[in-house]
Amino acid sequence: MKLAFHLAYKNLMGAGLRTWLNAGVLSFAFIVIIFFNGLIDGWNQQAKIDGINWEYGHGHLVNNNYDAYDAFSIQDGHGELAAPKQENLTPVLIQQGNLYPSGRMMSILIKGIDPNQKTLRLPTQLLNESNAQIPIIIGERMAESAKIKIGDDVLLRWRDKNGTYDATTATVAGVFETTVPFIDGGQVWMSIDKLREITLLQNRTTYFVANEQYEQTEVDGWRFENQAYLMREQTKLINAKKVGGSILYIVLMTLGLLAIFDTQVLSIFRRQKEIGTYIALGMTRWQVVRMFTAEGGMYSVFATVLGALYGIPILWYLSSTGISFGTDGGDMGIIMAERMYPVYGIGLILGTVLLVILSATIVSFLPARKIARMNPVEALKGKIS
Amino acid sequence: MSEKIIVLENLVKRFPVGDGEFTALNDINLTFEKGEFSGVVGPSGSGKTTLLNIIGSLDSPSEGTATVMGKQISSLSHKEAAQLRNKHLGFIFQVYNLLPVYTVFENVEFALILQKRSAAERKKEVMQALEWVGLENMANKKPSKLSGGEGQRVAIARAMVKRPALVLADEPTANLDAKNAHAILKMMKKLNEELNTTFLFSTHDEKVMAYMNRLIHLEDGKVVKDELMKAKTI
Repeated sequence: MKLAFHLAYKNLMGAGLRTWLNAGVLSFAFIVIIFFNGLIDGWNQQAKIDGINWEYGHGHLVNNNYDAYDAFSIQDGHGELAAPKQENLTPVLIQQGNLYPSGRMMSILIKGIDPNQKTLRLPTQLLNESNAQIPIIIGERMAESAKIKIGDDVLLRWRDKNGTYDATTATVAGVFETTVPFIDGGQVWMSIDKLREITLLQNRTTYFVANEQYEQTEVDGWRFENQAYLMREQTKLINAKKVGGSILYIVLMTLGLLAIFDTQVLSIFRRQKEIGTYIALGMTRWQVVRMFTAEGGMYSVFATVLGALYGIPILWYLSSTGISFGTDGGDMGIIMAERMYPVYGIGLILGTVLLVILSATIVSFLPARKIARMNPVEALKGKIS
Repeated sequence: MSEKIIVLENLVKRFPVGDGEFTALNDINLTFEKGEFSGVVGPSGSGKTTLLNIIGSLDSPSEGTATVMGKQISSLSHKEAAQLRNKHLGFIFQVYNLLPVYTVFENVEFALILQKRSAAERKKEVMQALEWVGLENMANKKPSKLSGGEGQRVAIARAMVKRPALVLADEPTANLDAKNAHAILKMMKKLNEELNTTFLFSTHDEKVMAYMNRLIHLEDGKVVKDELMKAKTI
């Protein structure tokens, strides 16, 4: 095998530009695969971090009566949990309500949260800092759709536990910027104590956000939803993107591999006399097959080297400056930052290199098998068609 | 008693042509001994190259036996035939068949790489072989930079570097002018005498025939004359 690589290397170096053209095409496919995978991995990582920081924490302990996908479960989807069991948990109470910005009516979710919480990045301390009667914080998407800003007063209406409507003026104490749309659009955040007070839902909680010290135990009437479960929709979307992206990889890889396959087929046809000479000089047919296969496989090694030469600076630059998409994914209901930073893991790079080498070797072996059936006399005459 | 290098007995070679067969060699019985400088002569299509290909284990007989260096060609596996060619046979072709991407040195070195000889040993042997053919100063040139005569000298060095027992030369001077042809033949004759290597030529060139000690005339695949000659001396 050493001989095959030695000879293959000499042959490829001797072939000059043809070798580097093939290696160039393959290296392009190789770099694009790493880039797109890196971009999706970067998105995945960013979405996961932002999701954890802003919404999911280290999981949710959810009241069994509450179903995030059933609006009718909001009214009664809450319960009480004994104080000792609330250690390392931040309570959130959700109720439906209406906001009347500039006289318009907007259906919203009113979310009550402990202003002193540190688990989520929501700037809930603003709720403590404000002197307003009912301070609220909202996300920038909500601020934009309601056309309200910090310091604005807005009429808030809600229904208490007995079904009685009440309303008062709430004051916008803060507007936060987040990539997580699920805590922003169509909702306002206020102190949970205040929400419990105005809805007469004392000590009631819809779900708790766990911090990293929380130890999961079975709690009657509540279910624990871990990070993986909470992020399942986002994960599904990212996986779907990966599948979509793989079509592009297949097309690019096919182009690169087709170039190698074509070169190999042409080589075997054009280099018949050479093949015959190798056999006449004492190589076995399978040694020649191995040499041609090694030549094809070596294209991918050259592609890796070439790709590293121009790819590392490009990929490094893109991963440090990020790529702006002009808009974030909030409008589409997904966690996606306006600027994404590709992440290139060692697994991704090694996996792609191995994939390219393996595929190139296979497509080289397929035409090279023909050599094993060649008649050396015909090969020496260059008469095989 | 001289050592028999090649023994051909009742050798027949047929090739399929359309629905029928073409007999390229018909009942050949020949023996070649070590150190011979012989030629198989005859017009095109008489079976010269086919005979050399069978002796060189590149092809196998349809009937009869061809025994080269004690090995019966038709019973050899691909691997055994490759070993026979690698260890004991040298080939010189009409169009030189040099490997284009290798330098002169690397072309000559190739056979020794296949024999897994050490780099130091290879260098010594290759330089000696290039010295035999007078190309020691062209070791780093590519075949495309050589003249026809130089190319064929490299081919001779490549065939001789492993010091084979038998060299098969198929029309080695067909692409050379008279001056180069004589130079090449003298060189081979010298190597034949100095190293006692057996040379078997296929040719229809009278310049080549003049150097032979023995001429086997083939016509339509049959030996019509087998004569010992008074060869031209160098």
